[in-house]
Formats: sequence, structure tokens, C-alpha cells
Amino acid sequence: MPKSSLSKDEVKAMLILSCERIIAAEPMLSQADRDLGDGDHGMGMERGMRAAIEKLNAAEVESIEKAFSSVGMAMMSSMGGASGAIFGTFFRNGGKALNGKEAFDAAGLADFLKAGVDGVKQRGGAAIGDKTCVDAMEPAATKAAEVAGQSLPEAITAVAAAADAGKEASKAMVAKFGRAKTLGEACIGFPDAGACSVVVIIEAFRDFIVA
Amino acid sequence: MSQANPAKKIINDPLKCADELFDGLVLAYDGKARRVGTRSIVMNDLRPDAPALLVGGGAGHEPIYHGLIGKGMADGAAVGEIFAAPPPDIVLEATQAVNRGKGVLYLYGNYAGDVMNFDIGAELAEEEGITVKTVIIADDVCSAPPSEKGKRRGVAGLVPITKLAGAAAMTVDTLDELVRIAQKACDNTRTVGVSTKPGSIPATGKPTFELADDVIGLGMGIHGEKGVGLIPMCTADELAAKILDLLFADDLALNSGDEIVFFVNSLGSTHMMELLILLRGAKPILEARGIKIHQTIVDNIVTCQEMAGVSFSITKLDDELKKLWDLPCESVGYTKL
Repeated sequence: MPKSSLSKDEVKAMLILSCERIIAAEPMLSQADRDLGDGDHGMGMERGMRAAIEKLNAAEVESIEKAFSSVGMAMMSSMGGASGAIFGTFFRNGGKALNGKEAFDAAGLADFLKAGVDGVKQRGGAAIGDKTCVDAMEPAATKAAEVAGQSLPEAITAVAAAADAGKEASKAMVAKFGRAKTLGEACIGFPDAGACSVVVIIEAFRDFIVA
Repeated sequence: MSQANPAKKIINDPLKCADELFDGLVLAYDGKARRVGTRSIVMNDLRPDAPALLVGGGAGHEPIYHGLIGKGMADGAAVGEIFAAPPPDIVLEATQAVNRGKGVLYLYGNYAGDVMNFDIGAELAEEEGITVKTVIIADDVCSAPPSEKGKRRGVAGLVPITKLAGAAAMTVDTLDELVRIAQKACDNTRTVGVSTKPGSIPATGKPTFELADDVIGLGMGIHGEKGVGLIPMCTADELAAKILDLLFADDLALNSGDEIVFFVNSLGSTHMMELLILLRGAKPILEARGIKIHQTIVDNIVTCQEMAGVSFSITKLDDELKKLWDLPCESVGYTKL
């Protein structure tokens, strides 16, 4: 049955599902990165998500905030590189916005995504249109703010669609960051690998909430 | 994950290269350096009450960055995965280990992943009361025009820059002085590189970029950054002239009578034979401009696996930098008697 809000233990289960989905998507993410970069994004994300699952399962989850931020800490520590800093910041900063929350609902989803993408933009300096993960994160956050008054299943369904549309839009962009930048217009037609990861994560949230 | 090894690398496990080369590096220091935490390496004998110099970056470019720690060089290094910046907790563990109460200078190349991870590391260190300052190396002339220097990558110039900053770290008493000299070394250093063949990614064996057999990537960075563009394969003398033209065209004023460090670096598989032939071609061009080479370095220190190519780095020395340059230094990557 669709869930109208999540407890801290349900948030933990949702996060573990998103980690498992990233691990399963490693070949797709690596291929996406090979098209534009050096092809190690999928392996880095897999390493980060394996560390996140270990951390989530190591102890009782203290709070919703801690569940998200522990994923961020695990990714940052185990991955390194730009992806570790970016996805680590996304989950850590997003988690901080949920400080004191006892339940994760549509408003919490909006707060999480806004704080997460704001942190990523500040840390990495990317804006929408630069062909980075921000191209999936920001449309998701914008949509989440619009639908914050709806039920959680309705909200996450709309947010996941917005993230996917953002990832699709990244295909037409010329990269401003990372190794893809060296390709110039040759990178048109391929989505950003980081944006692909964002979609995998948010679709896992959706499938957990709507199921 | 494929375990294939098409690049025929002599390794054990493609996914453990960073950890295993790190173990080997600690051994190569013969007890003068030690492992700290997950993947940091720190010299044992550090000058007390002095500001610290920390370098770092991704693995796979050995002997940089972590092979540049030593007497008269960096105090320690934070080491990442293959081609990936070290995470903030590794930066933090290295920071704690090198700090002697006078603060720590982070000196590293201008790559997005390094900037983000070192910045987060600096924030964590500041929370513990350790003062951190940062100087970013951005010597790659062809990666952005002089008006957008902040976008330039850090390449082989990091060797003379780390040597000068290391000499400063041996002699100055404050972090601000160390920052000033390291920044001056950066401001006075320019590099132009060319590529003839890509390297490979150890975990996948895939080439790091594509390059046709009959062309040279002029101004190409160590990761295949595009630079100026492709030129037909040419002779060493022609190439030396082209590289120097690009260096002279940049905004580092090089006048008759100036003294420089001239560093001819191989990116991995280009042979010493070729470096020496290039040096032979470059020297009369520098002489014709009245530029005096105070020190020549011909070596492969800034590499990208079996990538082929070469870079020229010029560091202009003023009186202060020259004195610092003349101090001895010792490290796995670069030693000066």
C-alpha cells in the first residue's frame, strides 16, 4: 500500500533500496560515463553505496536526518573524487534540512531536495544547463516544492518524472564540467552519468513509497 | 566488473591498485615516512613549530603527488583512488598528522574533485582548530586563456612549485609566509604539454582518451583535455619550438637575463631518449632569447600510466626563489643534491 509518510526505519529501508538499485545499475552508469568521461562513475557509485548499506545496517537509525546524512558520509569517505564530494554533500546537506523531523512526508521531500541541491551547487559551482547531476536534482527539487502539499506518493511520482525529464534534457547540453568538457559538442546526445544516478536514486524512493 | 587486462598491466587486482601502490610507496621511503590512517603518507622527521605543507590528489600519476614528500619537499600527502581525489576524511587525517600548531598549507592541482574534497577537509580541520590555507596549482597554459586562469589545470609545474614550497616550509616560521612563497612559485610557473598516445585506466584497461596515430595533441592535458588542437606528427626540434612558442605567448614575462628552472617531463611512456633530444632542441631557442637555465630537470615525474607525450615547464626565479631552489631536497619523485 502506498505510504503517506515514512518513519525513520522506513526511510532507512528506502535508502537501502536506492543503494541496491545503484549497485544493480553499475553497468548502465559505467557505460553512460564511458560515453562522456573515463567510465568510472558506476564503480565509484557502487563503492559508495556498498559503504552506505554497511553504515545503515551497522547500528539502529537514530533519526531521519541521521539516516540520510550517514549515506552522505559513507559515500564521501569511500568514493573520493568529484562524485564522492557531490553525492556526499547532497545526502548530508539534504539530511540536515530534516533535523528534528519524526516523519518523512511530501514537505520533507521538498526540504531534503532543496537543501541537497543547494549544497551541491554551492560546493561544485554547477548550474542548471551545465550537463551535471544538477540537471536532474534541480528540476526534482523545483517540482517537489510545487507538490509539497500533496500526498507523499503523488509528490514522489511527480518528482521522479521531473528528475527523469531533467536527465533526458541533459542529452542536448554541452558539458561545462569534468572530463566531458573536453569533448565539446561531441557530448550532445548522451545524458550526464551523474544525472542518471540521481534518477536511479529518486525512482527507488518512488518505488518504495508507492509500492 | 571485467577482470580483463588488455593494457597488460603488471598488477594483482585492478580494484586494489591505489591501496597496493600506496603500500609500496611507504616501503620505498625506507622508514623515513609512515602510513597514517586510511591512505595518507607523512614524513617522520618534521621540523618542530613550523607551518606544514600538505599535497595530494588522485593515484595513478606516480611518482606525483604522494612521491613528492620528503626533506625539503612536502611534509605529507593525502592519496585518492586511481584518478580520483582523496576524500575529505583522508585529507583530514593527513592534516592532523602534519600540523605542528602553525597551520597547514594545502597545495594541489586545479581539478574539481580535488578542490571540493580538500575544501571539505579544510572545513573539518578548521572545526578542530587547525588553520588551513590553500594554494591551487594552475600552470597548464593551454587549458584556458590568461583571462580565465582560474580554470587552468594543474600539471607538471607542480614539481618545481612543490620543491620551492617545500624549501620554504623548511625555512619560514609562519603559514602566511609559506602561502606567499607557494603562491609566487605558482605565479611564476607555466607548462605546455603535448600528447602522442593515451594512457589506460587500470581497472578497465580502456584508453583514457582517443588520439589518432598520425597526430599530436598540442596543449593536451594529462587526462586528454583538448588544449590547442591536433597537429601532424613532427620532428623533436619542430615540436620543441612549437611548445616554447606557446609558453612565450602566455602572460609570464620572460626577458633576456631571466633565470629559469626548465623541466622536461615525460607523461609516462615517452622515453628519456626523446626527452633529451627535445631538450637539445629547446636550449638554443631559450638561449636566443637570453633566457638562462639555472636548473634543468629531465625526468618522468608527472605521468598518466603509459600515456606518451611530454611537457615543458618553466619557473622564473627571482632572488628569493633562486635561494630556495638551491636548497637540497630528497623525495621518491624528485631529489636535488
